[in-house]
Amino acid sequence: MSDITQTTSVQAASDAETEPRPIVPAKTSMSERWLRIGIPFSMLAAVILIWHLYVTINDVPHYILPGPALVVESLLNDWPTLFPALWITTKITFMALGLALIGGVGLAIFLVQSKWIELAFFPFAVVLQVTPIVAVAPLILIYAPNTQTALLICAFLVAFFPILSNMVAGLKSVDHNLLNLFDLYGASRWQQLIYLKIPAAQPYFMAGLRIGGGLALIAAVVAEFAAGSAGAESGLAFRLLESQYRLNIPRLFAALILLSLLGIAIFALTSFISWLALHKWHESSIKREN
Amino acid sequence: MKNVSKVFSNGTLALSDMSLDVKAGEFLSLLGPSGCGKSTALRIIAGLGDASSGTIDWPSSQLNSRGLPEGDISFVFQEPTLMPWQTVFGNVYLPLRLNGVSKSAAREQIMDTLATVGLADFAESYPRELSGGMKMRVSIARALVTHPRLLLMDEPFAALDEITRHKLNDDVLRLWQQTGVTVIFVTHSVYESAYLSNRIVVMKARPGQVYSDLALADHGVRDEHFRTSEAYRATCEQVSNALQQAIISAGGDH
Repeated sequence: MSDITQTTSVQAASDAETEPRPIVPAKTSMSERWLRIGIPFSMLAAVILIWHLYVTINDVPHYILPGPALVVESLLNDWPTLFPALWITTKITFMALGLALIGGVGLAIFLVQSKWIELAFFPFAVVLQVTPIVAVAPLILIYAPNTQTALLICAFLVAFFPILSNMVAGLKSVDHNLLNLFDLYGASRWQQLIYLKIPAAQPYFMAGLRIGGGLALIAAVVAEFAAGSAGAESGLAFRLLESQYRLNIPRLFAALILLSLLGIAIFALTSFISWLALHKWHESSIKREN
Repeated sequence: MKNVSKVFSNGTLALSDMSLDVKAGEFLSLLGPSGCGKSTALRIIAGLGDASSGTIDWPSSQLNSRGLPEGDISFVFQEPTLMPWQTVFGNVYLPLRLNGVSKSAAREQIMDTLATVGLADFAESYPRELSGGMKMRVSIARALVTHPRLLLMDEPFAALDEITRHKLNDDVLRLWQQTGVTVIFVTHSVYESAYLSNRIVVMKARPGQVYSDLALADHGVRDEHFRTSEAYRATCEQVSNALQQAIISAGGDH
């Protein structure tokens, strides 16, 4: 689902930018464009229709599988409960991602300064990366001053590593001849970093950003399951659990839809940022011409 | 530029007691079979690798901390080695930018240099939009934008097709005549070296050494007619023989 969203948005954007191809008549590309939008949406509509028919024909009780209409109704009715939860989860996800970006990029730049620094920090990076975050969550809950901070730390730790490791790989992947060229012109370390290493690392950074964005949301939800928070300050994960305990399945579905929409929004946003930065020069963002 | 002697070793002996005295304004080709250390020699001259022993003497007194005449040397690699995230303008701006020249102050100089390589209309293009020959021109423009006194070229056209290569050879000759820059041109093509240079140094392999040093008579204008002239044919034969002997003296295999 999210993959399709990305392809169409990138496609539409690059179509708008490139000149119309002279040989292919405009009509063909127009109808193709409609199909690109039409096919995914009609598939989605078809699945919702089948879902609706299945529930009505078999008379499935709504505490087992609510129909799509009931889910939408619940989404609207429970909006005062669900929206604050959505807001909390969004806030935690984006704060965690923001901190992970600052920390990941900053640490990556620090690590590549010398191989000794990298060697010294490598074990910590590996230990933190391979330990499942759910297993560490109880510990974080003890040390953190409040649940919100604990959730933030969990989401941060999960989003942090893909950004860090991608950035390190990117900073190291510079063309050796370009490094030679910078040496030849007597570039300082700082100039080398600003004009060469950081721009060269952009594609890697963008990959890290997209992975990190997705993982931050997952971690924010999983950590909240582990934390078992309650009350006004709780996010969507708590509402999911609460709905399950109360057998309020329509609301559970509504919360799930919100989470999924949030995930799509994050993916679309990070993909768009990546497209903005890379579309002019990097192969990953360029449409193949043959 | 006086390049006294250097012995280079990284397990294998890449260069052995190589001495070369380059005069200002020369177009010198370093010719030799692959693996004879000609690129290594060029990199040592550029300061991109250290010589195990021996020294390189420069005539100018102003040397930077690495013992090189600052801003006087440019290098053109075998690949265009452009930054893909920068436009053609940005790539040519690089050497000036690293020297702290502002973009507005550098603009005229950059556009002039781009005009000399025939790329004035492509200043805002990205490298991926250019052909191989055009990328190489950008690389040459970047090397010339600082008005260097020594231009080092490491088999710059080896990856290009012959037509593009002939055209770029003419461009390099024209730029050499216009600017009076000293050129050291590494190549493994007899024809390229005979067409371009006024001095050809043939190297032999294992260990890398100067085998013969041929000064070429001034043949006047070098253009498409020169390629078919008797003088060119004779030079090619002379250089080709020297190269053959260099290969034989190194043991025959290569």
